[in-house]
Amino acid sequence: MTTTTATRAALLVLADGRFPAGGHAHSGGAEAAIAAGRVSDPASLEAFCRGRLGTAGLVAAALAAAAAAGANPLLLDEAADARTPSPALRMTARKLGRQMMRAARACWPSPALDALAAARPRGAHQPVVLGLAAAAAGLGPLDAAHAAAYEAVSGPATAAVRLLSLDPFDATAVLARLAPELDRVAELAVAAAESALDDLDALPAASAPLLEIAAEAHAAWPVRLFAS
Amino acid sequence: MHLDHPETYPQRYAAAPSRQRRAPTPSSAPTTRPDGTRRALRIGLGGPVGSGKTATVAAICRQLREELSIAVVTNDIYTREDAEFLLRNAVLPAERISAVETGACPHTAIRDDISANLEAVEDLEESVGPLDLVLVESGGDNLTATFSKGLVDAQIFVIDVAGGDKIPRKGGPGVSTADLLVVNKTDLAPLVGADLEVMARDARAQRGELPVTFTALTEPDGIAPVVAWVRERLACWTAAA
Repeated sequence: MTTTTATRAALLVLADGRFPAGGHAHSGGAEAAIAAGRVSDPASLEAFCRGRLGTAGLVAAALAAAAAAGANPLLLDEAADARTPSPALRMTARKLGRQMMRAARACWPSPALDALAAARPRGAHQPVVLGLAAAAAGLGPLDAAHAAAYEAVSGPATAAVRLLSLDPFDATAVLARLAPELDRVAELAVAAAESALDDLDALPAASAPLLEIAAEAHAAWPVRLFAS
Repeated sequence: MHLDHPETYPQRYAAAPSRQRRAPTPSSAPTTRPDGTRRALRIGLGGPVGSGKTATVAAICRQLREELSIAVVTNDIYTREDAEFLLRNAVLPAERISAVETGACPHTAIRDDISANLEAVEDLEESVGPLDLVLVESGGDNLTATFSKGLVDAQIFVIDVAGGDKIPRKGGPGVSTADLLVVNKTDLAPLVGADLEVMARDARAQRGELPVTFTALTEPDGIAPVVAWVRERLACWTAAA
């Protein structure tokens, strides 16, 4: 068997919260939202995750799907920059992209990953790297979209458990309830990625202004538990 | 019934009884820089909160900074306090100190997902290198926190007598497997009723042949035994080039 054979289990490896690509140190905006009182219990966590899924999550999923489908990763990287107004979030995305690159190259060595690592030594946007990693693992655009979309909500849910001492069963139940919406976002992302192969402007540009603004404020906090 | 494999697990094995413990295994991280030259020796410092990790790092830097090119990576739990302590005390120029954020889980960043720390080390090599020695300081953590072999070449575990003289007996991966166990604040032993003899005996039982050193960093040259150990490691590292 070669790594180009599609294998469902590879998706489990890639999407595992323990995949060593730096995600554990990031809250996906949850820390700022919790401090502001916008997230305080399972219901508000669910609302936060739903909002993030439909905005930043959809964009990330489409970028990942397009990268997995073979779109030019350097152009996708620029498209990601254009869709991320907050400089702090752009930096976070590149940092996480660099960490994802390290883990992905160790797990699924591929010329496409090597080429992007050489072109963006300080890191490309994480969803773009994630998409190439998925392809290197023998996965398809829909798998890449699922992984990116899941990450958009699993990060905040894990962070909320640590920050609010939330019951971990409640937090995981939030993720379970969001599963059908995750599937739908992944499908939307793949459809957009297919159109984007002809015209990158077809990529979604959904944005959550509060996430962007709060990320800028959070980056300046002197004391915080999470890097973003 | 499950039977263990007859051979000893080749890597550091935290749960092994001390008689099975061996000399430190080499790090799994590549030992050269991208340009092919031998990279800096990386030493990790872990241990409970307040045991004196940052003070140990500062003292090592003060002793060795004239003769070696040194950089430090700190892993604070939720602040930049350790990095700022080192900066305030000017033990190294600011560009030689880098802080990694750990998302409420300092042990994850030094053991389970070392990517951010590896990048910090590589960035320091790139910006102020070539370096001879990189000290990676963990955020204060529990007795099970150890560094990944993919991140450091050797690790020091720092405990202190005021934390209770039972700590060596309790063992755990930090106490029993670190390449050097430092028992700090011996000057406080009479004040807190800690028995150094008991600590030494328990540490020996946990660690077998692995070295233990007692320090009082408040005393002049209190860091000397740790610096001597670091020099030894550096000599081995250079000799293996």
